[in-house]
This record gives sequence, C-alpha cells and structure tokens, in this order.
Amino acid sequence: MRYLSWAYLAVMFGFILLPVAVLVVFSFQDGRLPVPPFNGPTTEWYAKVLGDRDLMAALGNSMLVALLSSAVALALGFLAAAGFAQTRLPGGALMRGLIIAPMTVSYLIIGLGLLQMFNWAGVRPSLMATGIGHVVINLPLCFAILSAAIGAPQKSALKAARDLGAGEAQVLLLILAPMIAPSLAAAFFLSFTFSWDEFIIAFLLTRFDVTLPVEIWSMLRSGLSPETNAVGSLVFLVSVLLVVTLELALFRKASK
Amino acid sequence: MSIERTEKRLGAGLAAPALLWTGAFFVLPFAAMVWMSLGHLEGRTVVPGPDLGTYARIFTDPSLYKGIRVSLEITATVTVLSVLLAWPLAWIIATRVPARWRRLALLLAVLPFWTSYVVRSYSWALVLGEKGVIMNALTGLGILAEPVQILATRAATVIGFTHFFVMLLTLTIYSNLVQLSPNYARAAEDLGASRWQVIRLVILPLTLPGVMTGAFLTFVLCIGDYITPQILGGNNELSLPQLIMLQLGRRGDYPLASGLSVVLMVMVTLAYAACARWLKMERV
Amino acid sequence: MTADVEIRAVEHRFELFTALHRIDLSINAGEFVVLLGPSGCGKTTLLSLIGGFLTPSEGQILIGGRDMTHVGPKLRPTTTMFQDYALFPHMTLRDNVGFGLRMRGMARRARDAKAMEMLAMVGLDDKAGRKPHALSGGQRQRVALARALAAEPDVLLLDEPLGALDLKLRRQMQDELKSIQRRVGTTFIHVTHDQEEAMAIADRIVVMNAGKIEHCGTPEEVYLRPRTLFSANFMGELNRLPVRPDGSGVASPLGPLPVPPSEGILCLRPESVGLTGSFSLGRARLTEAAFFGAHHRCHFAPLSAPDMRLVAHLPQGSHPEIGAEVELFGRDPVILPEAA
Repeated sequence: MRYLSWAYLAVMFGFILLPVAVLVVFSFQDGRLPVPPFNGPTTEWYAKVLGDRDLMAALGNSMLVALLSSAVALALGFLAAAGFAQTRLPGGALMRGLIIAPMTVSYLIIGLGLLQMFNWAGVRPSLMATGIGHVVINLPLCFAILSAAIGAPQKSALKAARDLGAGEAQVLLLILAPMIAPSLAAAFFLSFTFSWDEFIIAFLLTRFDVTLPVEIWSMLRSGLSPETNAVGSLVFLVSVLLVVTLELALFRKASK
Repeated sequence: MSIERTEKRLGAGLAAPALLWTGAFFVLPFAAMVWMSLGHLEGRTVVPGPDLGTYARIFTDPSLYKGIRVSLEITATVTVLSVLLAWPLAWIIATRVPARWRRLALLLAVLPFWTSYVVRSYSWALVLGEKGVIMNALTGLGILAEPVQILATRAATVIGFTHFFVMLLTLTIYSNLVQLSPNYARAAEDLGASRWQVIRLVILPLTLPGVMTGAFLTFVLCIGDYITPQILGGNNELSLPQLIMLQLGRRGDYPLASGLSVVLMVMVTLAYAACARWLKMERV
Repeated sequence: MTADVEIRAVEHRFELFTALHRIDLSINAGEFVVLLGPSGCGKTTLLSLIGGFLTPSEGQILIGGRDMTHVGPKLRPTTTMFQDYALFPHMTLRDNVGFGLRMRGMARRARDAKAMEMLAMVGLDDKAGRKPHALSGGQRQRVALARALAAEPDVLLLDEPLGALDLKLRRQMQDELKSIQRRVGTTFIHVTHDQEEAMAIADRIVVMNAGKIEHCGTPEEVYLRPRTLFSANFMGELNRLPVRPDGSGVASPLGPLPVPPSEGILCLRPESVGLTGSFSLGRARLTEAAFFGAHHRCHFAPLSAPDMRLVAHLPQGSHPEIGAEVELFGRDPVILPEAA
C-alpha cells in the first residue's frame, strides 16, 4: 500500500509537471524547433522575446487590464458583501444569486453577449471593453470570498463600531477592511490571475491593442517555436513567483 | 424612520453598484444574445425575429448537432477521468505524505494550474506532437515502430483537459479531505473496518461534496472552452465552442452563434440543477 | 462482556516532550474509572494508548490478561466514544449503530435488530431512520454511546464525551451513563477535566498531572483525604494554612491548632469551616457573604491575621451579617507537604 502510494504520486507528478518541464527546457533550444533532440542551451530566444515590441506592449496591456479590473471587482465585491452582511435584505437570496450567477456561465457566453451589446451600442472593441468583461467574471469571485470571510465576529465588531459612533465609511475602512485583509488580498490575487490569464473575452473584445494571451495565441498560428516556449516560460515563472509569495505571506501566517 | 429600515437602505445601497454592474454587463448582454438568437441572417445582415429558425437549424443540421454531442462526450470523459485520477492523488497527499511536506506536495501537484491557459495547451502540443517528447521516447525505446498521431485527435483534447482538471479536482477534494475530523477514520477502524472499508464506506462518501463541486466546475469550464480543443484537437471534429467561434469568423452569423451559446448555457444550467443537491450539502 | 485493564510501567514520549512518565494502573473488570486532570496532563494520551491509537514508548498494556501493547484498535476488545462523536453523517442512526456489527460480517437483518435494541436503550429507537445532523447534541451523544456499545466491547473508552453539552444536559447524561454502565457491566474508562462530573459518575477517580498519577481512589477518598496538594486543589475549593509542628499540635498564622503535629499546608474545605466543628480557629470577622441556594458562601478575616481570608459555607438557616465577629471552627483537617 505504501509503495503503491508513492508510485502513484510519482506518476501523477510526472503527468502534471511534464508539459511545463518540456516547455521550459526547450525554451533554451539552440535551433528553430522546440522538439528533441535538445541541441544545447541558448538564451537567444529570451533576448528575442524581451526585444519584441508587440509582446512587451501586450504584457503592459495585460498588466493594466488585470490591475484595474481586479481593483474594480474587489471594490464592488467588498461593498456588496458588506451590504449583505448588515441586514437581511428583501429578496436577498435572489440578489445574491444574481451577483454569483456569472461564475457558473462559460466565459465564451459572457464575451459573446458583451460583444453583441457593444456592437449595438456602437462601442468599439478595446482594452476597456475587455476590462469590463473581466470585472463581470471576477466580481462573483470577490463577492463569494469576502462574504465567506464576514462571519459572526466581524458582524458584532461592526455593530460595536457603530455603537461607539463610527460613520459608515469609517466602519467599512477602519474596522471591516482590516479584519478581513487576508481575504481581500486573496480575492485580489485570484482576480488578478484570472484576468491575466483570460483569453476568450479578451480575444472577442480587443482589436488593435491586445492582451498577452491573445498575443501568444497569434504567435501559435506560425507553428511551434522556441520563442513561444520562452514567452510561456516567463509567464509561468511570474505566476509561480506570485503563488509562492502568496503562500509564504498568507498561508504561513494563517497557519500560525 | 425605524432603525431596521435605515439599515436595509444602507445594505441595499452598498450592494447596488455590484447589482447594477451585473445587470448592465451580464444580464443585459445575455438578453441581447437571446434576442439575437431569435433572428436570422439574410446575406450579411441580421433580420430580427422572433423566429425559431436558428434552433430548428441547430437540431436538424448534422454538422451542428454533432458538435453538441462531441462536446458532451469529451466533457463526460474528462470529468470521469479527472475524478478517478484526482481522488487518489488528493487522498495520498492528505493522508500519506508527512505533515511537514504536505503543503509543498500540494503546491507541486497544482503548480501548472497557475500558468497561462494558452501556454498550457501549447505545451501539450509540444509533448504530444509527432516529433514531440513522448513519440521520441516511444520510438527511441523501440516500443513503437512509427510515431502514432495523437495531436489533432480527440485523445489530445482529452489529455490536455484532464491535465488541467486533475489539478482543479485535487484542490477541491484535498480541501474536503483535510476538513474531515480524523476521528471518522479512527471510529470506523475502532469498530473493525479494514483500511479499504474505511475508505469505501466512510471517507469516500464524506468527500462527495468536494467531488461534486469539482466535477461541476470541470463540466462548466470544459464544455465552454475553446482553446484546448482548438490547439490540441484540430479541426477534424468540432466542439460546440469551436462551432460558435466559427460562425463569428466566417460569415458573421451572429444569430447562429447566439443560438448555439444559448444551447450551451442550457446544458450548464441542467448540470447545475443535477449537482445542486450536492453543492449545498451540509457537512456535519 | 467486560475485562480488567492492566497498565504496566507505561511511558509515552512525543517528539519533544514526555506525555506520560512510567504509569502503573490496574482497573478491575466492570469498574467505572474516570481519568481526571487539567488539559495537557496526559489523560487523553493514556486513553489513546488503551484504545490502540498510540503505541507506548515503553511498558505494557494488558486487557483481560492478554498483552495488547502492539495490537491495533481494530482487534482490541475496546471501543472509543470520541469527543466530537465522529458519527458518520451520511448514514442513518441504524447504520451508524450497526457499523461495528457489519464489519464483523453480521447479516443486515440481525444487525438491524441489534442496532434497534441499542437505540431503544438510549431512547432513540423512534429516530432510527434519521441522519445525525437532524439530532441535538445530547441525542448525538446517545447515538455515539449506542454505536460504541453495539460492538460489545469489554472496555468502553470515553474521551470527554459530555464536554460539548450544556450544564443541565451534562448532569442528566452523567446519571444516564452511570445507569447504563451498571446495566451492561462493561468496564468504562472516562476522561474529563470536570471534577464534579468525575465525582458524579466514578467508582474510582485517577487524578493526573504533568504525565503522572497524583492520586487514585474513590471520590470520597480523593475529595476528603487527598494525597497531594495538587489533587486537593483540583478537586475543589480549599482554605490553605501553612503549619509547622509545635508541641502536641501545630503552629499556624491563626495561632496554635490542636491537630496532629506535621509540617506542610493545612487544608480545609469551605464546608469544613463553620460555627461548629472539632477545633477552634479563633475569632473572625465576616467581610462578605453571598447566598448560593444550598448554603451561604462567606469570607472571614481572622482577628489574629486580618489580611487572610477564610472561605466558609454556612447553612441556609444562618443569617450572616457583614461585620459580625464570630468564633470559627474547623473539622476534617488534612495536612499535606508543600509541592516540591
């Protein structure tokens, strides 16, 4: 049983990590094709990626969209979660359901719907339109995480603060936000990752200024290339750094 | 005005921005899409309906309803496969791995989960291609005489999807497992259950909420995904999302794309209804 | 179905600290023994060792005369009732209670009948088809008891099973546990940190502290004739007077007292201090009094040591008045050496 467990663990780790390993290894391929045999390491593809204007522009765009849309989603989610925590609202279950609903709908459908509405309204595809779409998908996530974080202790602290004469803005900023700070950070981080990584909505709602996944997608059209490996590896590295930082900063603290 | 009413106003006021945003950029676009699906295309212009011509086409044109079947088959295969592979993985990490290595093992087991979706599919194209690592190894070791085509078949799509969803399910099942009191297993063992009986009769049923949550997410994300089948599955058989994107690109057939999207939405809703009982199951 | 338990020189070490230091303990068949002590005293570790969830670092555990030191929980003639009950939430009460019998291969019909019998014993046979989440805390506790007893153990181990219940329900369940134990005759080993609970149910109390047994005896012995200052303190409120031998009596802050000469702490329970008794404690002034229903709880300042406070329980009928000066008497004195 014990050996079977370790064997299974090894096989699954192999399956899970294989594509990433291949991606990273062949990003150093000295040659035009990222497939065996491995011709020896070179960093020329990384140099090429970092000198690629379109890619760097796309990276900047992605960063901008992810930061802004996550901030908006977090703010809206925080206010809504605080609102529902205050009191029982008439039709509360329905309203909660409405805010949560986009979480259970395919991104493709959200993107297509927005595309058609923007067409009708005469709004051109843009980073702004993409950002709006990303808020739609991340708002339910933030709302759910923050609602779960507001429990009985937070609710009584809010009551106590009001009892001591705090105004509504003070209650939210000085009491509630610090109390659920780890959840705020987690919600922002998750939203950022989802927006950073999101393809289909960005693909449908951008035209000239594109985000990174869309730019990578257009690189794929020209077939396999170590340059794509290099971009992919960089993106992977950034995500891993983010995850590890979060793991160390949040979960370690929480477990103590 | 009573205190309760003031509180209610305040609560509603705080929730209002989120509700307005969801209304304007989710409900309204969705309504626009449903309305669009009730029109049809003449030449390159959309003629507004309402008529059910689009839906009649979807369920009579083989090239369209086949897409629904393909998507359902792929999704079902992926969901079942992912649950079967992820459960033992989550269980081993939660119970067999020493406590101090547990978080590291979990982090490793879901590491690629955090990389770009497009990049992940591309990596599998690298691995599974005719000249890729796997075929190279198999022909090199003499197991296969000739490379077998995996890329651009359904198998490649299923492998790519399963890779992603095994990680997702490992996360949901793991978090379910570590929430269980260790006394459940102890009590069962104390009453004479063998190790296998403990898993089958006690632990497995208690992880159903985690399994069902993960399976539902798998279903929703898998059936609506365009990238993986497009990069790995090729154009031999088209899944529903591929069909939808095809309508947009080729002729700008928005009514048909919308109709197919509504069908997709209905399938997801049905899946939700089927899982709802488990998604809400209270844990004692 | 009952057996004796013999614990021989058992020592248990976790990575960095020793939870139990060479414990010896004999428990008779059919006895109701309570392991009592503050959290971290090793009582739960000892229970886990008897149940087979831990293996001792050293020593032996015998149940019914057979060496069980290295036998797993599955094969031991013990069952455990867990603190959180660990009822399987996806099974009905009938299936929960019948689980042990099912594991033994008993056919459904027979084990259902037995499960119903056990549920009837705890008064829940009308809810056999329900699932645990539909029950109150006290009901869950009863089901856990029925499940553990249905497996017909020789020894039942109870890990703070009443901890989650409110006071009134706890008292009621104590009576029930005691009467069920008498009926089935199984050896019960019960862990708690509540000394009143221990006195209410135990045939014998084992007071534990810092991985050692401080005192082992009947509730009366442990309460009235404690062997160590720790167990005297843990069993209830105490007036403590430092004393040293002086002639045929002792010298104390209150002056000489006519008790057998000895060096240490003179311990007097509040109910052993009053207006009558076997020896005088001198005159004292009443500083505070509160009515507790069964008695008045009074604080006295002895005139010979005005900074000291003696706590006394005066009977209902007395009408203590703050400021009154009375002569206090004591009885049942115990002198214990000060803790090293």
